[in-house]
Amino acid sequence: MSGINREARQIFAEIVSNKKVGAYHHIVFSVGELANSAKPGNFVAISVGGQNSAMVLRRAFAIYRTFDRGASGGLLEIVVAPHGAGSIWLTNQLPGFKVDLVAPLGTAFGIPTEPVRALLVGGGYGSAPLFGLSEVLKSRGCRIDMVLGASTAMKIYAPLDGKRSVNSLTTVTEDGTTGITGKVTDVIPGIIETNQIDIIYSCGPMGMLEAINVIAQERGVVHQCAIEEAMACGIGVCMTCVLPIRGEDGVIRMLRSCIDGPVVDGGSVIWNSKRTIPEGTWGRN
Amino acid sequence: MFDFKTSLGQANFENPVFTASGCAGSGKELSQFFDLAELGAVVTKSIMLKPRSGRATPRMAETPSGMLNSIGLQGPGIDLFLEKDIPWLRDQGATIVVSIAGESVEDYAILARKLRAVSGISALEVNISCPNVENRGQVFACHPTTARAAIEAVRRNIGGELPIIAKLTPDVTSIVEIAEEVISAGADSLALINTVLGMVIDTNTMRPKLAGKTGGLSGPAIRPVAVRAIYQVHEAMPHVKILGMGGVASGRDAFELILAGASAVSVGTATFGNPTAVIKIKEELRAELISHGFDSLREAVGYAHRPEGNL
Repeated sequence: MSGINREARQIFAEIVSNKKVGAYHHIVFSVGELANSAKPGNFVAISVGGQNSAMVLRRAFAIYRTFDRGASGGLLEIVVAPHGAGSIWLTNQLPGFKVDLVAPLGTAFGIPTEPVRALLVGGGYGSAPLFGLSEVLKSRGCRIDMVLGASTAMKIYAPLDGKRSVNSLTTVTEDGTTGITGKVTDVIPGIIETNQIDIIYSCGPMGMLEAINVIAQERGVVHQCAIEEAMACGIGVCMTCVLPIRGEDGVIRMLRSCIDGPVVDGGSVIWNSKRTIPEGTWGRN
Repeated sequence: MFDFKTSLGQANFENPVFTASGCAGSGKELSQFFDLAELGAVVTKSIMLKPRSGRATPRMAETPSGMLNSIGLQGPGIDLFLEKDIPWLRDQGATIVVSIAGESVEDYAILARKLRAVSGISALEVNISCPNVENRGQVFACHPTTARAAIEAVRRNIGGELPIIAKLTPDVTSIVEIAEEVISAGADSLALINTVLGMVIDTNTMRPKLAGKTGGLSGPAIRPVAVRAIYQVHEAMPHVKILGMGGVASGRDAFELILAGASAVSVGTATFGNPTAVIKIKEELRAELISHGFDSLREAVGYAHRPEGNL
């Protein structure tokens, strides 16, 4: 799952549409052939703020989905939560505006060769890349259960056409404004048991991924998750977005979430190591 | 024809635009966006004696026109670096400047010995902006005596040919004093400037944002500091070649450092925002120099120092 994404290209991409959906913005870019090379789990890094901006770093967004549209050119879609100066700037751009975009970046969700029973768990707009994933899994004959959670109904991202490819959808909100009141982890154990889940795919806040990982480990379920860490470059040169991850050789290394992730095996991540380098990490000093 | 060639000490370069140490890894990640041979040089990430995990996260905070980083020199160590990265860079046809960093004077000496017989390296950048474990973690480059000791250790062990570029921090009372000290200790040229020490406090958690608490500020925010440091050092030692860096994001910015006295320019943080920034800046700089009527890069070096009254 690791290594430089050789498909990555830098292009100027025109915004085709930009619509507010609940608490988020759904933005579509015209990206030409680049749409063919993106896989569920990959991300895109976009320059924000315009030419003389004081924001010097790109912003990374999980790719929601891509469309290969032949002669009319491919489309790439993202879902943006406007919460910082950069994402707010991007959500304010109108169709016709061109952004500097690098994609596809990072690792993709691993797709099983046999039909399996998959549980897809998304937190907030972390649900976005799971819909493209569910399309791929469905085409491989997988059974797909989906759980989407957020603090409140407005922050659940679940478009109608995205829901078509899943067998069941459970929504969970902390304030009970839609679906079950609670957290995604309240419902996951029951679904694993009832539907005999083989693999969990998750995307969302790190705390949620960690809690899902505990459940997956206890029940021996494979867990692939899309992680996130403060990132400056998105292409593997700045070394800021690292996480302690145990390799197949048993050695813990500080790996880049942009190159060796964002999709990683949840069982390999040393969770809850914030602000420390875990004991035994390669080169710990 | 316009002459873009430059030199640092005895090392010659086809053009004056380099990557900055720590902002291009060992070149692999950038090579999918452009041909590394197009660069004046690839300056590698500062390499240390042993593998190093670096600091915990968060390691990064964006700031107005810049960013703060606290990586802690994560890297594979010199042996793996020589085995894997150098042969790969040679295969790319890249001009290579190796950056080294040590925790003790002895580290610098050993690193120099390991590098002296390696072929395909054009120069050595000695990053002395690292904590000295033998001196309460004080940074080598902050004191004339420790700066001298580190550079002397490299000079004694590197052998005859390989030029030494001493990389200095601007976080000192007099950068000219440190510059004079490292040149007299055997450095051939200078790299100015390293990042500026800073801190960001997260007003939600009400604690320093970076796990390492302090970090190095880079990006356009520090460019005036770089221009000042280069100008002062060039004024004091006009014969010493300078590799300038600090917030260069355009050809205009690179030109500004050259006017201050830089003979070559490294591009760092701009690469994080734009993987092809180095190539863009190289082309813009060429156009900038030509549009100002220069026939060669060399004529423009330190041009801001010309006497009043001269055009």
